[in-house]
Amino acid sequence: MTEPLLDVRQLSRRFAAVDALKTLNFSVEAGEVHALIGPNGAGKTTFIHHVSGALQPDSGSIHFAGRDVTRRSMHQRVAAGMARSYQITNVFRGLSALDNVALAVQGRADSGSSFRFWRPVRCETALFDEARGYLAQVGLADQVETVAGNLSHGEQRALELAMALATRPKLLLLDEPMAGTGPEESARMVELIEQLARHVTILLVEHDMAAVFRLADRISVLVNGQLICTGTPEAVRQNADVRRAYLGDHL
Amino acid sequence: MAFYRPAPYQKPLAGILLLALLALPTVLTAFGQEFYIGFATRVLIFALAASSLNLVLGFGGMFSLGHAAFFGAGAYAAAICLNSGISEALFALPLSMLAAGLFALMVGAVSLRTRGVYFIMITLAFAQMAYYLFVSARSWGGDDGLPLPARMTLGGLPLAGDAALFYTALGCLGLVIVLLGRLAEARFGRVIQAIRENETRMEALGYPVFRYRLLCFALGGALAGLAGALLANLSGLASPNLLQWTQSGTLLVMLIIGGVGYLYGGVVGAVVLLGLEEVLAGFTLHWHIGLGLLLLGVVLFAPKGVAALFGKRHD
Amino acid sequence: MLQLFLEQALNGLQFGLMLFLLAAGLTLVFGIMDCINLAHGSLYMVGAYFVAAAAQAADSFWIGLGAGVAGAAVLGLLLELSLFRQLYKRDHLSQVLATFALILIANEAVRMIWGAQPVMLNPPEALAGPVEFELFGETFFYPAYRLLIIAVGLAVGGLLYLLVAKSRVGMWVRAGAANREMTEALGINVQRLFTAVFVFGAALCALAGGLLGPLLAVQVGMGESVLILAFVVIIIGGIGSIRGALVGSLIVGTVDTLGRALLPTLLRAALPADAASTLGPALASILIYLLMAGILFFKPQGLFPARA
Repeated sequence: MTEPLLDVRQLSRRFAAVDALKTLNFSVEAGEVHALIGPNGAGKTTFIHHVSGALQPDSGSIHFAGRDVTRRSMHQRVAAGMARSYQITNVFRGLSALDNVALAVQGRADSGSSFRFWRPVRCETALFDEARGYLAQVGLADQVETVAGNLSHGEQRALELAMALATRPKLLLLDEPMAGTGPEESARMVELIEQLARHVTILLVEHDMAAVFRLADRISVLVNGQLICTGTPEAVRQNADVRRAYLGDHL
Repeated sequence: MAFYRPAPYQKPLAGILLLALLALPTVLTAFGQEFYIGFATRVLIFALAASSLNLVLGFGGMFSLGHAAFFGAGAYAAAICLNSGISEALFALPLSMLAAGLFALMVGAVSLRTRGVYFIMITLAFAQMAYYLFVSARSWGGDDGLPLPARMTLGGLPLAGDAALFYTALGCLGLVIVLLGRLAEARFGRVIQAIRENETRMEALGYPVFRYRLLCFALGGALAGLAGALLANLSGLASPNLLQWTQSGTLLVMLIIGGVGYLYGGVVGAVVLLGLEEVLAGFTLHWHIGLGLLLLGVVLFAPKGVAALFGKRHD
Repeated sequence: MLQLFLEQALNGLQFGLMLFLLAAGLTLVFGIMDCINLAHGSLYMVGAYFVAAAAQAADSFWIGLGAGVAGAAVLGLLLELSLFRQLYKRDHLSQVLATFALILIANEAVRMIWGAQPVMLNPPEALAGPVEFELFGETFFYPAYRLLIIAVGLAVGGLLYLLVAKSRVGMWVRAGAANREMTEALGINVQRLFTAVFVFGAALCALAGGLLGPLLAVQVGMGESVLILAFVVIIIGGIGSIRGALVGSLIVGTVDTLGRALLPTLLRAALPADAASTLGPALASILIYLLMAGILFFKPQGLFPARA
């Protein structure tokens, strides 16, 4: 059996007196779409913050692509091939969509050093051509020059995705990509993620269950900082603990 | 905020200004106003210092209240060079920049671990520390400062004449402005401007934010050191007063008046502030009150600075 | 040696308590409204001049102190209503520029009114001499006036601490420092609360200025050096925290005073006389800044962060 792309072992984190994450064991296999679901406050975003390196665990380890990255900083994890999108849209609102993605392309090690002080970036056509490609991929080909702050909410979510893609990730951490989008935009986002999933491994945190059950190869359920179940969508649907966690009071 | 982009009329305007400045010493001499060559040199030097702060604060978004420490360090480095026999500007000026830059690198390495007001305050504290160190360094003149035996030479030619020093300062300022303009549109400049806007996002795009910030901070320190070295030549003295926090405040005030993040913000600010000083001081002994009221007016009514009245930083 | 140490320890305590009076107002202004007030030192200076002028007019230190403090409070009120209220919502750059302008205006105004020469402020006559007391079988002398400052400092400091830590208004203030929006949402008028805090801070500035007046010269520029120390204090203690300001003040006051008094002596024991006499004063004067850098290196939010 091959090693998982992302392997989280015995991860724990306490905030003050609250166990936010309790000895979590979690893995994402290369090529799959793995969804993480759970009620509000279960610790999903906290978990993503630990995987991406924004927070440090009290104990446990995180292995990515065969390397221990537990103590690696966020930018080192990105360089290793881990990209994330944010639950609350996090783009450079004053920059054009193109500049947003070009920044992401420029940040990649293989696009050359950014310690360059003389040559104007606008002369680097390769950078912008590549950026246009990612914008086209997420359906923003017509909005290249639009200032990000003027894009619609759904378009900003797509832009965020294009920026993540531009880092050429092995693993894409999507923190509620559907958050705040209307039904039409949601449907487009699901299609988009479906396309992306052919090339890149995805860890998806999402509340929209229809989307989760359509996209995910495997689903893990997080409740009160503990994983109560991991399995195929069908297995999760049948799982008694999951039913209790979600439907508990109504049974 | 968007990336820096020069306004279309900026280059021709700068060209005209440069021509006027080139002619200035001749004109002043013709009218028997040689005194003002020294004043103009002072303005150029402060324009350079405020521009170096612009790199750190305007483009890098790092609110340093200790920038005068590097200004003063450059002045002392130049004075020490001259006192130990290195009088060639082509060596002494880069050495001064190196000294100030390395000092800024050390200060930045500690300070950039903090954020917000803590950063403001820790840079301030480092500057105070440097100030007290120089005040108590008796071998460097202590309170009185370290006098220069003579001005530097440039390529073997002495800078003793006021016009010669004026042109040296003008050359340095011109080079620095060109450098900053190029830098702002190059990869490095875009990265530091993006970090100014959203540090976490840049980290999440794979940028080692700390390294970019630190280099930007050190570069700003080195350029401030250059200004300090020139000022030491002008006044014939490296004084600990150059490192005082009120000096950092003055540089900040210049930059804010001129326009933070505008390429010429530092230049405009130095001209306006030092010009005002000169004019107001002619009217009354208590011109500080007038200056203070004017600054309050700028804060309340022109919050983006004077340069903002002429050009847009973003579209 | 013991005499020196005890005397300097008391001086450090006295200095620390005065710093606390300054830092308390500053840390709250900083913490609640996120406002950098460089002119806080100017309030201290102007307060000291008010006290000196009033004391001279009334020929009584105590009446002068009361009148000066009241005058500074009124000045604080005017400043808050006319200027600071507009500054709270502005960015740090504007705040620095505006309050820097205030420093220029205050210094120049004082120079115009009272002249460039330092103004003398005499301590009350009854307290002019030293006090004698015995400890460990030895006799010590310590100026009575300095003991008074310590007593007043302890009393005001303790009162302030109780006010902020225990009273209802204090609870609002702390809540405002920790989370302004929530405090407002709960129906507390933060605006009025802050006016009160600002005025109170100005009064404390004048109190410190008036009490220190007889020890230091009352002169233009006295505010700037003490302002930096007050900043160091609140950074060490954690912005917005009264407890932090108290601990920070005592640390800075003691370390600075003892460092200046004892470091040269200590260094002379360890180093050649020449090196010690150069290094001693230099090290003593930067000691608190080193301390602050060290604390921030390990605790970037200070010792008692007010915000979670």
